Amino acid sequence: MTATDLGLPSLRGTEGVPTLAEGETLTGKDFSSDQEVRWCPGCGDYAVLKAVQGFLPDLGLRRENIVFISGIGCSSRFPYYLDTYGMHSIHGRAPSIATGLATSRQDLSVWVVTGDGDALSIGGNHLIHALRRNVNMTILLFNNRIYGLTKGQYSPTSEAGKITKSTPMGSVDHPFNPVSLALGAEASFVARTIDSDRKHLTSVLAAAAAHRGTSLVEIYQNCPIFNDGAFDAIKDRDTKEHALIPLEHGQPIVFGGGTKGLVRAAHGGVEVAEIGDGDGQVSLEQVLVHDAHQPDPTTAFAISRLTDAGYLNRSPIGIFRQVDRPVYDDQARAQVATATAAATGDRSDRLAALLGGGDTWTVV
Amino acid sequence: MSKQVKQLDRVIIRFAGDSGDGMQLTGDRFTQESAAFGNDLVTLPNFPAEIRAPQGTIPGVSSFQVHFADHDILTPGDAPDVLVAMNPAALKANIGDLPKGATVIVDTHDFTTRNLAKAGYESNPLEELDAESGGDQGPLAGFSVHPVDLTGMTVEAVKEFGLSRKDAARAKNMFALGLLSWLYGRPIEPTQAFLSRRFARVADIRDANLAALSAGWNFGETTETFVVQYEVKPAPMAAGTYRNITGNLALAYGLVAAGVQSDLPVFLGSYPITPASDILHELSKHKAFGVTTFQAEDEIAGIGSAIGAAYGGALGVTTTSGPGVALKSEAIGLAVMTELPLVVVDVQRGGPSTGLPTKTEQADLLQAMFGRNGEAPVPIVAPQSPGDCFDAALEAARIAVTYRTPVMLLSDGYLANGSEPWHVPEVADLPRIEADFATAPAEGETFEPYARDEETLARPWAPPGTKGLEHRIGGLEKADRTGNISYDPANHEKMVRLRQAKVDGIAASLPPLAVDDPGREDGEGARVLVLGWGSTYGPIGAAVRRVRRAGGKVAQVHLRHLNPFPNDLGEILKSYDKVLVPEMNLGQLALLVRGRYLVDAVGYNQVNGMPIKAAELAEAITALVEGTEKEDVQ
Repeated sequence: MTATDLGLPSLRGTEGVPTLAEGETLTGKDFSSDQEVRWCPGCGDYAVLKAVQGFLPDLGLRRENIVFISGIGCSSRFPYYLDTYGMHSIHGRAPSIATGLATSRQDLSVWVVTGDGDALSIGGNHLIHALRRNVNMTILLFNNRIYGLTKGQYSPTSEAGKITKSTPMGSVDHPFNPVSLALGAEASFVARTIDSDRKHLTSVLAAAAAHRGTSLVEIYQNCPIFNDGAFDAIKDRDTKEHALIPLEHGQPIVFGGGTKGLVRAAHGGVEVAEIGDGDGQVSLEQVLVHDAHQPDPTTAFAISRLTDAGYLNRSPIGIFRQVDRPVYDDQARAQVATATAAATGDRSDRLAALLGGGDTWTVV
Repeated sequence: MSKQVKQLDRVIIRFAGDSGDGMQLTGDRFTQESAAFGNDLVTLPNFPAEIRAPQGTIPGVSSFQVHFADHDILTPGDAPDVLVAMNPAALKANIGDLPKGATVIVDTHDFTTRNLAKAGYESNPLEELDAESGGDQGPLAGFSVHPVDLTGMTVEAVKEFGLSRKDAARAKNMFALGLLSWLYGRPIEPTQAFLSRRFARVADIRDANLAALSAGWNFGETTETFVVQYEVKPAPMAAGTYRNITGNLALAYGLVAAGVQSDLPVFLGSYPITPASDILHELSKHKAFGVTTFQAEDEIAGIGSAIGAAYGGALGVTTTSGPGVALKSEAIGLAVMTELPLVVVDVQRGGPSTGLPTKTEQADLLQAMFGRNGEAPVPIVAPQSPGDCFDAALEAARIAVTYRTPVMLLSDGYLANGSEPWHVPEVADLPRIEADFATAPAEGETFEPYARDEETLARPWAPPGTKGLEHRIGGLEKADRTGNISYDPANHEKMVRLRQAKVDGIAASLPPLAVDDPGREDGEGARVLVLGWGSTYGPIGAAVRRVRRAGGKVAQVHLRHLNPFPNDLGEILKSYDKVLVPEMNLGQLALLVRGRYLVDAVGYNQVNGMPIKAAELAEAITALVEGTEKEDVQ
């Protein structure tokens, strides 16, 4: 077996997707479909929908070249509410459908909307393979840490010991950390944001959309019916300062109003230290500077491990990793283009040559 | 030394050896030589699922049977006239299929105590033929046996190339091919050219194979072991260009042609599975035709990606075998609900579960027909011979694109790997397929993604990228015309019936069935009809010929379309007293025909992983024909 050098990506961002004409603009309203939105009152999905509708015009892309594909679950109703092209598919399979669409059409901006059950349980295989291939798509993973549409069973991100309808004595499952999982699959863009922080959400979505390859955005999203309060610690005004660890490329990773920072740990990972002059405290210079563009995902993974696996009291948010890596669909199309360019003659003549090739004989 | 030349009208040869001995290649080359010579032919490869089963054992035996003739033939033949056995296990595994008097050429080199024991022989069957054992005793008694040290002579013939003994011995299959080519007057030039191409980069291996091939030929010419040379003259065939082709290759070509004839890019999403993988391999070579192949992470992603590509306006295809169809079922239902064109190729193999990966069977018909939740009708198309896989693929694509529906294309392991001469079609004669994409609505009009064409009941195909056609589809029930989510009871009933009516309506586009019943026009028709589908076409045709030669009257109809059935099938079935349905399953078409037409169809069922034997089927047909006549007397 031999391998060939495929080279690095040459296309950037959303290149290839037609943009709006000079002077033409769209608004959030242009992206609202005529369908009545039917999530439960207070659902975090409303906030994300509003943010997405508000943000899409900023892309400057033609509306008819944007496609949203979803699987099954509450969040997967998303495409019905956006006036773009869309498909509400089957449970867990949205990344595979998006892969086929993105590979066959360079001129589309492809989005996947999924949830923690859809993406990490029934569709786990498709998710990791989409991430490893680095297909041009942006995956919005709504993580409410519960099964909502089936009315309240624990999910693959629910904390161990969680009492639900299907686990009356407490779940004995160990949860996934979606960011760690994505980094393990060598995703080229991995970020986390929160449904209730529209500004942060929008900035992360903008970066994700501009990234060439697969972008995974985990969105902490509250389910007021079956898992209300799951994210209170990081949303509550009194606690969030010490619960959220904001990641900004090129900046020292500090939180807690500047009192805490991340430093290298003796065990090789990353840990929280107090900033100051006191005993056991560290100086600001010793605090880790976030490098989202580092090709080696080791540090990003270490940072992702600071997220609580149990009840959420602490979590880094922002862009963990954003690197350039060969893009599957760009390369697949390039191979087809190269082969097509090398072929001479029209397709019918070439088909005749193919069919009549090999060892033939003629009967007269 | 000039030898006697004896004329034969047809010969069946089986090459058998260890799965590492190159028997498939040997058989394939002999086939190409026979094709180039102008014989009609049909082949039957038969190999274990293990890539290298334990050497020298019965489970490790791989064989390739080729039937060639000076006339039109339909099957690879029931029983070989000649067996070439490269080791004791190959002899033991195959000798039982030969009629007494058949020729057996044995490579004596591996008939050691150890290898005999591995094959389960307590004594050497070759020695039992010797005079000191009383002559013509043991399991080979009654056969025309030629013990030849093929391996020893091969090693001797290639020693100048300085290969290791192991590499030298590997050329023994070419020695055997050379010998058989001489014996049946086959031209070896095509094989010489093939070897030069294949081993262009390894000169010593190339030269050793060429030398072994020639040495085998020369051995035949000079030895006294073979006193007679045989000749099978070319078969008369319709004028045109021919090539030998396997079903998988023809099917892949059919999909490439469907892309050209529809002006659509072809997108194949597939996960490797025996015996369908060759189609993935072949299509991956044809990027210059705008064919994209995607090796997915699993069967579901294979079809998922094809659905995504179809939504994007490509000719979406997924290829698999029965276990893969089981995994794809939910996604096929999605394609039914979203009404997107899709070709699902099922190269059937022995089941259930992993079953017999390398053997043939037709037991996925009911899975194709009903294997989904809800009322989810899917058209089904089946090829009847290796070459016919080309036309069947085009037909599946035509139905998929015209009617905006997933289509099942049911090939099988025998068609996939078997081969026959294929009359290369003229591209100008191939059917056109019209994608007929939706166009932007006029000012003031709203696009309705679930409005329907009056004739075909197909909905518009509106890939992303066209302004004004933005719409959402999905697996939830659709409201008629608008395609919005609808849980309305009356709408669901309407949509279920519409989807069924659309598939049923495909029958209107089908040509009348060909009824092969020589006396029918003169009112002297048969009373018994044999109804088949798929790869049983060859055995049924051969069996029907046998019955007719013996004076029996029997009619034959073969179905390309299993869903919907052609409109004239019911009338045809009712015009016969008895209907026999031979199938490589336990009666799946028979069940459908009985259910649909209330016809008392009788099954002839075989599920042993091998094609039906014409002689045995002919007996069953004859019994039915005679039984019908007896009923008259009573």
